[in-house]
Amino acid sequence: MEEQKQFKHPSFYQGDAPETEHPFSLYISVWILLFVLSAFSYAVDIAEVEGYLRWFLVTIFAFLKAGLVVGVFMHMAWERMAFLYAIMLPPLFLLALVGILAVDGAFVYYIRDLFMPLVGE
Amino acid sequence: MSNNQTVSFEHKIPDNLKGLVADWSSDVQTFRVRWSKAMMWIFLVSDTFIFGSFLSAYMAVRLTTIEPWPNTSEVFALHVGGTDVPLLLIAIMTFILISSSGTMAMAVTSGYKKQRKKTAFLIFLTALGGLAFVGMQMFEWSKLIFEEGIRPWGNEFGANQFGGFFFMITGFHGLHVSIGVVYLTIVAKRVLDGRYDRLDDYQMVEVAGLYWHFVDLVWIFIFAFFYLW
Repeated sequence: MEEQKQFKHPSFYQGDAPETEHPFSLYISVWILLFVLSAFSYAVDIAEVEGYLRWFLVTIFAFLKAGLVVGVFMHMAWERMAFLYAIMLPPLFLLALVGILAVDGAFVYYIRDLFMPLVGE
Repeated sequence: MSNNQTVSFEHKIPDNLKGLVADWSSDVQTFRVRWSKAMMWIFLVSDTFIFGSFLSAYMAVRLTTIEPWPNTSEVFALHVGGTDVPLLLIAIMTFILISSSGTMAMAVTSGYKKQRKKTAFLIFLTALGGLAFVGMQMFEWSKLIFEEGIRPWGNEFGANQFGGFFFMITGFHGLHVSIGVVYLTIVAKRVLDGRYDRLDDYQMVEVAGLYWHFVDLVWIFIFAFFYLW
């Protein structure tokens, strides 16, 4: 009975060391950086930047923020490579989905643009 | 057995139900993190695909509309002091959610330092931020529904499909925030009760933190692709 209580799975002793070595100051600087990047994307809207530059800037700021959140807040920067790849690679398949749907969407727009005026209201 | 050469168990695993659970949760042979963290990450990957599909569908439909897509800085403008400030409410919501993510990151660190009260306080603060976020979203929704007359099937600003995607995407995100508030409240209470001190293990705080940071992560992309794009 005593042994049962003492039981802890071997995994308990492996790998991830508790994250005590990261000081608050690191999180606060990331926090401030996230505010600054959010302010930048907001500024893109206020300044009424349009077209490709707007899309480019908004996307860049979003991915920078996402990298900070995943890397520092979610500790991914300190995980082992096996774990990092297992988690971060599968979502890249979404890029294929986005690519296919972009081609399809453009085609549907082209067809509609061609025929909708003929159909009328 | 070749297993014996590579794996040495420091502690014997009992052959009962507890052992069964332990064996099935022992994917740490590949991932040297504990199962609770690995499973939360795998859940988050699946959630990434849900939100990824939503946003991809939104892109696909937005590409196809002949009618122009509604101008979001107009639709989401807030009337303050006689002028329309574009996306003001969204900016405040972003501010609050990022702040709550910051307090959560600090809660995780305090947890590993076994500072019971500080950890519980920081998690409560995070949950409070989430609650404020959901409250503001309710305000936003009711303004759009009752004042602007936006419906899932149509609106006065442009393409009809706008409403459907807005309510589906922000609604699903809001649901995640609401569930997160409940989840964090439970974890905070457990911290305060000293459950993780007795276990001598604050990993569950980090696992809850992963969920909360993910909610923030999704919002970053909704903010960029739905509100600003």
